[in-house]
Amino acid sequence: MHVPVLKQGGYLIASVQSVLSDADLLQLRDDLADRVGQFRSRGVIIDVTVLDVIDSFATRTLRTVAHMLKLRGAETVIVGIQPDVAFAMVQLGLTLEGVGTALDLEEGLAYLNLLSKKSAGHGKS
Amino acid sequence: MESHDSCVEINSAADIVEARRKGRELAAQIGFDGSDLTVIAAAISEIARNIVDHARRGRVFFSSATHGNRRGICIVAKDEGPGIKDVARAMQYGYSTRKGLGVGLPGAKWLMDDFEIDTKIGVGTVVTMKKWLR
Repeated sequence: MHVPVLKQGGYLIASVQSVLSDADLLQLRDDLADRVGQFRSRGVIIDVTVLDVIDSFATRTLRTVAHMLKLRGAETVIVGIQPDVAFAMVQLGLTLEGVGTALDLEEGLAYLNLLSKKSAGHGKS
Repeated sequence: MESHDSCVEINSAADIVEARRKGRELAAQIGFDGSDLTVIAAAISEIARNIVDHARRGRVFFSSATHGNRRGICIVAKDEGPGIKDVARAMQYGYSTRKGLGVGLPGAKWLMDDFEIDTKIGVGTVVTMKKWLR
């Protein structure tokens, strides 16, 4: 199922609505890479609250998305990984190394705001 | 309660989602809940993906299992692909011949209680895995 991507200020929010196939995940990756350019977004939140499984392919794709978007100048934060899903990921040895994560949408926004504040600070000094 | 055997044909990556759904449904009927359901679905995802990546097509069978007074779920993934040359190596974490992370089979083994691979070059691979109710 297609993942809707909403623009919220300088950020994009991709909120996963149902179980994703491999093709859906790759579509999301390409959509976000395009949209970040189109809307000149500095941050992207991917909300995976509804996902009941994050397997090795999903993990690898989320990592790829985050690294691609970083190269396009945007920070990515994955929000809403459920406790059971996190448990299975740890059992599988899957990590989202180098990718921001936060509890939920609210925390994700706070995370991006903090990052943009930091980078603005660096710009001044 | 009687659980019926079921089977999902794997012909493309899109079928992985269906295999996961079917397995999760049967696991819930058998009495698994919470993180066990997620763990079982994740293991199914990995072995079904292994079929897609290496054999292109195959089948995943689901049934309830009993052993003494233990009850659980049995998941069998069958393909008629090229077979695995070096099983010990394929079960090594982080080893991948293809685009994968190399966590599929070893990962599934960690997630389940019992895990067996029967493979023959040029004939195919059968992965049998079980999880027991606690």
